[in-house]
Amino acid sequence: MKNQSISNHIDWISVLIYITLVVLGWLNIYSSSLPIEESSLFDFSQIYGKQMLFIFLSIPLIIVILAVDGKFYEKYAVIIFGVGLLLLAGLYVFGKEIKGQVNWYQFGPVSFQPAEFAKAATALALSKYLSDVQVNLAQTNRQIQALGIIFLPVLLIVPHDPGSALIYAAFFLVLYREGLPAWYLWTGLVGIIVFVLSLVLESWVVILIAAIITVLLYYRSRIADRNYVLSGMILVGIAVLTLSVSYVFDNVFEQHHRDRFNILLGKQVDMKGIGYNINQSKIAIGSGGWFGKGYLEGTQTKGGFVPEQHTDYIFTTVGEEWGFTGCCVVIALFVGLFLRIIYLAERQKTKFSRVYGYCVASILFLHFFVNIAMVVGVFPTIGVPLPFFSYGGSGLWGFTILLFIFLKMDANKVNEW
Amino acid sequence: MRKVLIPTLIFIATILILIRLFYLQVIDEELKLKSDNNAIKIQYDYPERGYIYDRYGKLLVANQPSYDIMVIPREMKNIDTLEFCQLLNIPKSFFVERIKKAKVFSPRLPSVFLPQLNKKEFAAFQEKVRKFQGFYIQKRSLRDYQVNMGANVFGFITQVNDKIIKNNPYYNSGDLIGKQGVEQSYEKELRGIKGVKYIQKDKFNREIGAYKEGRFDTIARQGEDITLSIDAELQKYGEELMINKRGGIVAIEPKTGEILALVTAPSYDPALLVGRERSRNYTKLYNDSIAKPLYDRGLLAQYPPGSPFKILTGLVGLQEQVIDENTSFVCHHGFSYARGRFMKCHDSGVSMLHNGIFNSCNTYFASVYMKTINKYAKTPVAVDVWNKHVKSFGLGSFMGYDLPTGKKGRVPDSKLYKRIYPNWQYRATTIVSNAIGQGEVETTPIQLANMMAAVANRGYYYTPHIIKKIEGQKIDKAFTTKHKTTIDPKYFEPVISGLADVYHLGTAHGLEVDGIEICGKTGTAENFAKINGKRTKLQDHSIFVAFAPKDNPKIAIAVFVENGYWGKRWAGPITSLMIEKYIRRKITRTDLEKRMLEGSLQSEYDKYSGKAPKVDSLLIKKKPLDAQKPKEDEEDPEAEN
Repeated sequence: MKNQSISNHIDWISVLIYITLVVLGWLNIYSSSLPIEESSLFDFSQIYGKQMLFIFLSIPLIIVILAVDGKFYEKYAVIIFGVGLLLLAGLYVFGKEIKGQVNWYQFGPVSFQPAEFAKAATALALSKYLSDVQVNLAQTNRQIQALGIIFLPVLLIVPHDPGSALIYAAFFLVLYREGLPAWYLWTGLVGIIVFVLSLVLESWVVILIAAIITVLLYYRSRIADRNYVLSGMILVGIAVLTLSVSYVFDNVFEQHHRDRFNILLGKQVDMKGIGYNINQSKIAIGSGGWFGKGYLEGTQTKGGFVPEQHTDYIFTTVGEEWGFTGCCVVIALFVGLFLRIIYLAERQKTKFSRVYGYCVASILFLHFFVNIAMVVGVFPTIGVPLPFFSYGGSGLWGFTILLFIFLKMDANKVNEW
Repeated sequence: MRKVLIPTLIFIATILILIRLFYLQVIDEELKLKSDNNAIKIQYDYPERGYIYDRYGKLLVANQPSYDIMVIPREMKNIDTLEFCQLLNIPKSFFVERIKKAKVFSPRLPSVFLPQLNKKEFAAFQEKVRKFQGFYIQKRSLRDYQVNMGANVFGFITQVNDKIIKNNPYYNSGDLIGKQGVEQSYEKELRGIKGVKYIQKDKFNREIGAYKEGRFDTIARQGEDITLSIDAELQKYGEELMINKRGGIVAIEPKTGEILALVTAPSYDPALLVGRERSRNYTKLYNDSIAKPLYDRGLLAQYPPGSPFKILTGLVGLQEQVIDENTSFVCHHGFSYARGRFMKCHDSGVSMLHNGIFNSCNTYFASVYMKTINKYAKTPVAVDVWNKHVKSFGLGSFMGYDLPTGKKGRVPDSKLYKRIYPNWQYRATTIVSNAIGQGEVETTPIQLANMMAAVANRGYYYTPHIIKKIEGQKIDKAFTTKHKTTIDPKYFEPVISGLADVYHLGTAHGLEVDGIEICGKTGTAENFAKINGKRTKLQDHSIFVAFAPKDNPKIAIAVFVENGYWGKRWAGPITSLMIEKYIRRKITRTDLEKRMLEGSLQSEYDKYSGKAPKVDSLLIKKKPLDAQKPKEDEEDPEAEN
């Protein structure tokens, strides 16, 4: 009965956007991985052929997700989370190194990246926890527990892949939506600003600026609100952060980390060395103009100037061949999907599915932003894929699972009373 | 409120990204130009490298055309490999390997297939180049040396390596760059700026005219000609005098700091490092780790200076007013400066400043030095005062001259002694060897020449430099700024008068040049080497420093001959010949000249050389007529400890 009604209740707008993005993604992967010799569309030794296979294989995956009982995800959220953590931990023992990162399990010809699935698992666990009626995020111990759920997978991921770990910041947005005090976000924001300033300026300048602002704020605020202990602590905190950033930057970071930041901050110009990726990426996008060079006509794409173009840099193909107009369309599709998910989330009847919906929107959004910001050269080179677009089975399925579990919950809401 | 946060962030982020994309895609024109690596062919127009002249305007280095065969692997089509290889006289394996390498570098960017063909090799290929799609010819210019000397001064030009390409966006694969000598120091001036032409191509790779009406094209700018301060004739003469010896000569015009000659021996014909033979010859020269022809001894040979340093000891003593001209010390073939410690001296009797200098009396200068140090209650303070005086002569620093190699030398200060004697109160007696240029003091020939220039000028010098004129530009201001020493000009006269009598009464007696009053000082540098793991004393180095004429000095010079026994034996005569040559342009003492030109220290060097690879065939050499050696009847005039 439920399975028959699924086509009536599923949110077709989201599904259509999903299909459009996946198809556009494939078209661009095809363009960027086109071999010089003629070859069949289904040549599975080619990158586009493999991606085609991944796309087809996601159909049964979607069917299974939709077929499972709607309550399954809530019931087994904790177990799914546990399995996710185990898979991440297992990388330390059984992981295979590909391109310098130990993010993969290898089974014969198939390799599999558990981090892509761990996001969905974490989202389920967090939703499960927050949906408990007793949980009130105004309480400090609840905050700590919620943060614990997020940091468990992060701690496992950071050593292998600090870039992916960044995506878990998405959960903070969700926590805020569910009642986390605002000062967490403020602290995070100030932290990021201080971090960037510390890289650009000398430590003492940053501390001086912070001191001046703190003093000004202190005397500008109402006398009743003045709290010199808190102001002092904030200032000390900023000073410690500044000094430790310079320390970490100089002593803990390795040269290639430093180079990435230095190039972004304009401290270092190196067009043929480390800055090559970003430079080529900007050139490819920039050469697109208003309307692009036309599909399969991108000289940068065809020439293979942009490294890793079919994975993290897939957006450069859009930029070059479809121009500013094409970019706007793709961005509009993504933004449409995010807003649609948020809209759906807000109309959920259970807290569990609402929180999960927000998790999905936030995770997808952060991927989208970090990836495109990197490709257009306003963010350091951090390897995160563009959802539904970038080449890779684990990535595609991870995002598909993430999205369709939510669509299933949404379709199921009529049955929930 | 809480509902709004995520949509707001999405909104802001999207706007930011759209602005950035709009900037990149619509506003920034430059990126479009850069993108057209494929659709646009870039043609470089290499300007001719600037010529190099000597101080009198004599042309030293010009250019000759050369041709590189370039390849773009992707565009190669239907090549008749056999014919191709025959035309260029290369084996097929070479062809295959080169193409493979070019493909690895980039399938669509040009790589050098065969560099630096001469006119004849090129002519045969040029007629057929159209048959070989993907290949083209890039004209460049190579150096054409008008003289067979000065290899160390000029340096050479070579293809840029991958590291330079990576670090400096100006250079592309196959471009030439100056290495060593003035070719490196004045690379930017000499090379000019290459011109770029962008040519639009269509889908079928046909050229269809200038890209955007040539809006981005640039015109090549010719390299600037430069005039060196080198006196070619003197340089050549110096190199000839040093044949079959090892060492360096640095001559400076005191009034300007211009380097008149910078000789290192052994040396080689600069033409060896031109064109396709360059790399093979360079490797050979490089591998000669014994004679080290690539090692510029005038700039790099860092040793304790020995007696020439006594000049400074005397000047510092005068300046610190611990002595005057008439202060005297008694010498008994040396003296005991501490219990059980004796410094030998070949001199005896009463020494004052004047005869102390021309007899090079160790006792005298050691005593002056101890007085200087003991003037201050604390030895470290005194050492630093002394260090400041010595450093004001340019010693212990790279000085900032315009040649790419150098050594800093060493003038010890209290920090250094703190390291050497961490737990010990050292005193004047501990460090007294510095007085006579031994101990911790080390200098290079160019530093000694500069020191003599400062003495000749009675208290100032200009940073030594080899550039005299760059067409259309002023030379660096650093070279026209006077550096004053910390010694009062009035203290120089007594010392200089002593230096003049080195020739009349002292250790260089017999080397006078009629009519030119020379002030000089002999020196002998001890040196050691590890042979079979044991520290072994080798034959002393022969050193001589001088300037002339005494009044109105025109040349200051330092000569250094490796394993040349003592100062007067080799360096002294060479110095006096160089001075005569520069001032008179001809030599009167032909016997002495012949003895120096033909003398050889090869037997001395063979003692230490072992089985290292040699490149005798490349070095400039004359056969010694009948192995003439300088007369052996002289006694070592300076038996320093």
